[in-house]
Amino acid sequence: MTDPKDATRDAAATPVPTGEKADAAATVKPGESTTPAAAAAQATSETALEAGAQNTGRAGAGTTIPIIDVRYGMFGVHGSGDTSGYGGLVAPVAMPGPSERPYGGWFDEVVDILAEVLDESGTGFADAVPSVVVDRGELTLNVAREHLVEVAQALRDDQDLRFELSMGVNGVHYPHETGEELHAVYHLVSVTHGRRLRLEVTAPDDDPHIPSTVGVYPANDWHERETWDFFGIVFDGHPGLARIEMPDDWPGHPQRKDYPLGGIPVEYKGATTPPPDQRRSYS
Amino acid sequence: MSNVHATRPVVDDEATAAVPTFEASGGDWSSIAEEAARLGEERIVVNMGPQHPSTHGVLRLMLEIEGETVTEARAGIGYLHTGIEKNMEFRTWTQGVTFCTRMDYVAPLFQEAGYCLAVEKLLGITDDVPEKASVIRVLMMELNRIASHFICLGTGGNELGATTIMTLAFQGREHILQIFELITGLRMNHAYIRPGGVVQDLPPGAVDAIREALVGVRKFAGDLSKLMTANPILKLRYQNVGYLNLAGCMALGMTGPILRSAGLPYDVRKANPYSGYETYDFDVPTGTNADAWDRMMVRFEEMWQSIHIVEQALDRLAKLGPHAPVMVADKKIAWPAQLAVGPDGQGNSLEHIKEIMGTSMEALIHHFKLVTEGFRVPAGQAWSEVEHPRGVLGVHVVSDGGTRPYRAHFRDPSFNNLQAVSVMCEGGNLADVVASVASIDPVLGGVDR
Repeated sequence: MTDPKDATRDAAATPVPTGEKADAAATVKPGESTTPAAAAAQATSETALEAGAQNTGRAGAGTTIPIIDVRYGMFGVHGSGDTSGYGGLVAPVAMPGPSERPYGGWFDEVVDILAEVLDESGTGFADAVPSVVVDRGELTLNVAREHLVEVAQALRDDQDLRFELSMGVNGVHYPHETGEELHAVYHLVSVTHGRRLRLEVTAPDDDPHIPSTVGVYPANDWHERETWDFFGIVFDGHPGLARIEMPDDWPGHPQRKDYPLGGIPVEYKGATTPPPDQRRSYS
Repeated sequence: MSNVHATRPVVDDEATAAVPTFEASGGDWSSIAEEAARLGEERIVVNMGPQHPSTHGVLRLMLEIEGETVTEARAGIGYLHTGIEKNMEFRTWTQGVTFCTRMDYVAPLFQEAGYCLAVEKLLGITDDVPEKASVIRVLMMELNRIASHFICLGTGGNELGATTIMTLAFQGREHILQIFELITGLRMNHAYIRPGGVVQDLPPGAVDAIREALVGVRKFAGDLSKLMTANPILKLRYQNVGYLNLAGCMALGMTGPILRSAGLPYDVRKANPYSGYETYDFDVPTGTNADAWDRMMVRFEEMWQSIHIVEQALDRLAKLGPHAPVMVADKKIAWPAQLAVGPDGQGNSLEHIKEIMGTSMEALIHHFKLVTEGFRVPAGQAWSEVEHPRGVLGVHVVSDGGTRPYRAHFRDPSFNNLQAVSVMCEGGNLADVVASVASIDPVLGGVDR
């Protein structure tokens, strides 16, 4: 590990929370809008990455913050030499990492009851829900895919949980998260208790299977079809997993990151505008 | 299941090859009917839509009928899919508004509001949005709710053959569209609500114009209500049609007037208030019979409640005065200039042009950076819910810390609610399919996105 003083000097060019500062930031009450781990990991030097990794090593037991991308340089300039002076910047992009107790508000209560139900059934909370993320006042349970249906069933049926209304499923594709590229995100609402939470389930690109939750939440029928259609996640046990938006014979899954947007350049009064995915982008 | 592949056809042609098909084209219907009779085929599959005047746009219904009874009903969608969510990943966070407003084109301001609330949550500026911006958002959303319900009731009547209902409803809606045009410049696809506030303040005289328009809205809503709620034909067509009880609604994720017609007063404006809805006085109407008639009655009552909210918002605007801010104070997010109408059309105000072109290079750089590059949003994900005229609109946005959304997903209420077509229609009359679908009030732009 780098000496904290060196770390401070290395990162002097950018305001990076390292050392004691990062520790102070990590103690911010969960549920607030600040994301210390993410803020640290998004900083712009290798030292910052190390500092971020240290934060999460302390925060979660054996879990790391999900790095979804690494950015190089600034202003989106690539291949024309380093004219900006910022070409050496390396910025890992991290999503908010796992949170520690107390989660704040009713989050602890829900997690406790869910843990009780899952431990009683023999599944074990730690196996079914590897990590809990509290970010921006929202509770996210990262659920292991093999236990998804059981977790959903418990959330729906236990009288103290009662997440009876499903807001559907949608996918997110993180091509840089090796081994868990595909995420299925479920939003549940408890009308009884006035609560809402998010389940996040991951699957690797080469085995894109997640069990279907249609048996628990019939509302997810079309939503799972849409997620299959757009991301190629196969929901095992779905009663009829056909494409829903795209034509049946469409090749590929359009909302994956490796699927191009398409488009043609447009000429107007002598000037040509390239299609949106080929225009300048800012890293 | 591991051999499922993207390029593999989903329809198994061998399995469907044995099913006899009857093609009706040209004037040879009698020969098809003869052939069907000869084969002793009782089962008839009728394809309704995607181009059919009573399917609310390009909805395709595949109905299996026996005589006049529908035995199986399926909805086919996707004819209006334009990849809006994918497109949003290639524009800045602010430009995203111009895309999502085009999803459900009958209620565009709700997508804008839901998206902006989610982006504000990601930015952590929810509490910094000025009060006037929130009041204007509530005002615009409630006016839009009235307009949307006008469309629902009017087209529903039109689909049953009552053209007067439609013309009355469209006249009432016209008053609201003129207000939208006055405030946003456009009758639809406004892109008026932006992350951090609204794009510009109300023009002078807008509050009075809205009060004036409300007179017309009240008149047409009243006339429409008189025409529809005591109409014996409409009662026969709507009562006990499209029934879906509370258990069915919860299982299928129904929200909005469909859920409330089954008796549950679930409304996000009350359950999880946003934009200051907890400070407005209004009721959540419910029904008890869970049929198309109760949904119509719920919508009528919601229109009156919306008018009530609009009046409260107008009073607050009068109190706030003309100079209250409508955008967050953070110059890294707020658009640098107000719009103005010049001799060559609408654009940045002349004073602003004068400043950035003539006096301050830094202001020019700032304008250029913010408008072309946009602002950055810290990495993470957020979920926001707004009470759309058709139910709960959920917006899930994911940021990777860049200037564009990494992913934006809209849980459109019409998309979810269309799943109820089978439950509502099967076992009923073919003619009731039209009434049932009208009571769901799907807008296919939102369904397909």
